[in-house]
Amino acid sequence: MWPIIAAVVIIVVAIVGVFSYIYFTRNTTSFICNRAVEGSCTITIQGAGASFPAPLIQNWTLTYHVLYPNVTVNYSSVGSTAGRQLITNKTVDFGASDAPLTDAQIVAAPGLILFPETLGGVAITYNLPAPFPQNVNVNFTGQVLSMIYNGTITNWNDARLQSLNTATLPNLAISAVRRADGSGTTYAFKDYLAHVDTWWSAHVAVDTSATWPSSGPSGQGNAGVAGQVATIPGAIGYVDVIYAFKISLPQGAVQNRNGFFVTPTLQSIVYAAANETVITSPTDLRQHIVNAHGDQSYPIATYTYIMVYKEMSTNSRTTQTAAYALAKFLWWIIGPSGQAKAPLLIYAPLPSNIVAADQNLLKSLAWAGQQIITS
Amino acid sequence: MSPEQEAESLPDRFAAWVEHGADQTLGGIKSWVHHPEILQLFVFLTALSIPITWILIVDRVALGSLLAFATFGPEFITGSNWIVSPPIGQLPSLGALPAIYGSVVTTMIALLIAVPVSLGVGLFQSELAPRQLRSSSIFLIEMLAAVPSVVYGLWAIVILVPFMRTSVDPALQSTLGFLPIFSGSASGFGILTAGVILAIMVIPYASSIMREVFAAVPRTQREAMIALGATEWETVRKSVIPFARVGVVAAIMLALGRAIGETMAVTMTIGNSAKIPISLFGFGSTIPSIIANEFVGTETALHLSALFALGLILFTITFLMNIIARLLIRQLSFKGRGGLA
Repeated sequence: MWPIIAAVVIIVVAIVGVFSYIYFTRNTTSFICNRAVEGSCTITIQGAGASFPAPLIQNWTLTYHVLYPNVTVNYSSVGSTAGRQLITNKTVDFGASDAPLTDAQIVAAPGLILFPETLGGVAITYNLPAPFPQNVNVNFTGQVLSMIYNGTITNWNDARLQSLNTATLPNLAISAVRRADGSGTTYAFKDYLAHVDTWWSAHVAVDTSATWPSSGPSGQGNAGVAGQVATIPGAIGYVDVIYAFKISLPQGAVQNRNGFFVTPTLQSIVYAAANETVITSPTDLRQHIVNAHGDQSYPIATYTYIMVYKEMSTNSRTTQTAAYALAKFLWWIIGPSGQAKAPLLIYAPLPSNIVAADQNLLKSLAWAGQQIITS
Repeated sequence: MSPEQEAESLPDRFAAWVEHGADQTLGGIKSWVHHPEILQLFVFLTALSIPITWILIVDRVALGSLLAFATFGPEFITGSNWIVSPPIGQLPSLGALPAIYGSVVTTMIALLIAVPVSLGVGLFQSELAPRQLRSSSIFLIEMLAAVPSVVYGLWAIVILVPFMRTSVDPALQSTLGFLPIFSGSASGFGILTAGVILAIMVIPYASSIMREVFAAVPRTQREAMIALGATEWETVRKSVIPFARVGVVAAIMLALGRAIGETMAVTMTIGNSAKIPISLFGFGSTIPSIIANEFVGTETALHLSALFALGLILFTITFLMNIIARLLIRQLSFKGRGGLA
C-alpha cells in the first residue's frame, strides 16, 4: 500500500518540479537569445511604482508589445514610495516615483539613476454648494493655500481668500482634505507649499508621507480625496490633474510667480516645465518646477521619474536579455513615438531639453561595463 | 515464464488487475481511511497548525515592532503625535495613543448602539415573530452579514455621511452640545460616523448569535414560567434572558472583536487624521486604518516598525478582551442556574 502512495507523491512532485522549472526559467535562457531585438525568445520585464503615470506607462507597454511581440513589460501601480522601495530592494527591473529620490535615498541605492518620463501637476479642487456660481474657478495664491493647509484660514469668507475673488464666497467652514496614503501627489503639493511659504520648511518635511501640521480628513488615493471633497460642503482637496480632468472636478486657479491666476491644463504644465527645467548635471536630472516663471505657467507642476540601475547587472533580478530589452524600451518611451502617446492620454509631453538629457543618461546604461544603447 | 503467460495480451492483464489487484488497492485505501493511527496523526497535525500559526504571527509581529519600541519605549503607547516625517533636523515622533483612542471609542460607540438593537432583534426573531415573518427577517439579517466591508464603506460615504451631517449631528449639537464630545462643526466624516457604521456592521453577527442562544433556552424553562402565570414578557425577562446571559456576553464579545479589527469601512468614514479630537464629530483614526493607509508606502524602517508595533498593540488588546470575556463568562456560569455557555 505505502509504496503506491509514495510513488504517486514522488511522480506528482517530479512533474510539478519539471514544469515549474521550465516555466520559471523560460525567459532566462540567455545562451539561446542574448539580444532582445532578435525576437528569438520571450522576455518579461517587471516595473512598479507611482500610480500617477500608470495609465501612460501601461499604454506604452501595450504599444511596445505590439511593436516587439516577444517583449512583455508589466507595470504595477503600487505608489511612489513602494516603487522606490521595490527598486532599492531589487525586486523589480525598474521603478517609478513622482518624488525624486532624496540624497539619502540615492546613497541607500548605489548605482540607481532616475530620469523624468512624463509631467504631472496637482489640481486644487473644492466643493462650494449651489448659490456659489459653479462655472467660476476660485482663485488661490500659494500663501492662501498654505494658510488653509496649516489651519490659519478656516472659513471660505476669510478676507485673504475673498480679496482674490470677484464672486462672493460663502460663510462656510473649510475642510482641508489630504491623502491618507504615501503619495507623489502629496510630495508635489508639499514641495509647492514649501516653495511659497517658509513656514512649511520649518514645520513639515517635504515628502510623500501623510504627516500634516493641522487636523483634517484624509482619503485613500485620488478617488478617496475626491470622494471626501464631493461629500463635504466647503471641502478643499488636491488631486492629480489628470484625475481631475477625467472626472471633471472643479479646479481652482492658482497664482503663479508672475502674478497670473492659471488653471491646470496640459499647456500650462508644459509652460512651467519649459520655463523652469534647468539641467545642472548630466547624471542628476532631479528637477523642481513648482512655482515656475512665465506668465502662463501653472505653479504646482512636477516631473515624474523612472528609476533603473545604471550597471544593469547589479540588479540581481534582471537578466542580460531583459536588461537589453528594458534599455531599448526606456529609450523608446523617451523618444518621439513614446512621447507622442502622452497627449492622447492627457499627459504633458517632455520638453526637448529634458528629452536630450534623458537620452544622454540612458546611453550610460551598461551590462558588465558594456554600453547597451549605442545609437 | 510459460508461453501461455507470455501470450497474455495487455487488455487481458488489465482485466486481471481490475479483478484482483484493483480490489486489493481499493481495499487498501479503505483500510487506510479507517486506520485509527493515521487518522489520529492527521487530526493531530491539523490541530498543531493552530499553535504554529500563533507562533509565526507573534514572532513576526514582535520582531517587526522591536525597532519602534526600542526607539520610543513606553512613549510609543502614550505618545499622542504621529509625525512620520518631521522637518529637517528633528526626529520623527510616533505615538499610538490617537489610534488606540480611535479604536476604543469607535468600538464603544458601535457596541452602545449594536447591543440593544441586537438584543431586540434576537428576542423578536426567537420569541415574538410570527413564523413567516421570522424566517424572512432571519434571511434578511443573514444577508446583511454577507455584505463586504467595502460595500458598507461606499454606502456610508454616499448615504450615511450626508445623513449624519444634515440630521444626526445637528440634532446632537442642539440637544447635547454643552458636552465637549458633541461640540465643534460636523462634516459627516469622523469618529461618530465610523462608530455608527461599525454598529450597523456588527448587528447581524451579534443578533444571529443572540437569536440562537435564546432559541436554545429549554422549553421547560418557559413552560415553568407560564405555568406560574407569567406573561410572555415576564417569561422573556425572568427566564429566557437570565438563562441565555452567558451566550449574550459571548455575542457581545464577538461583536467587539469584529468591530475593533474592522478596517475598510472605518478607513472610508473616520477621516484618517492621526490626532485625538475632543469632539466625536472630529476626524480620527484607528489602528487598522493607519496600518491599511500607510503600510504600502512606509517612509523609513522606523515607520514600518511602528506599524508592526501598532499591530502588536491591537493583538494585545483583542487578547486581553478575550481573557476578560472568558473570566466574565466563567463568573456568570458559576452564579447558579446553569445557563448556556
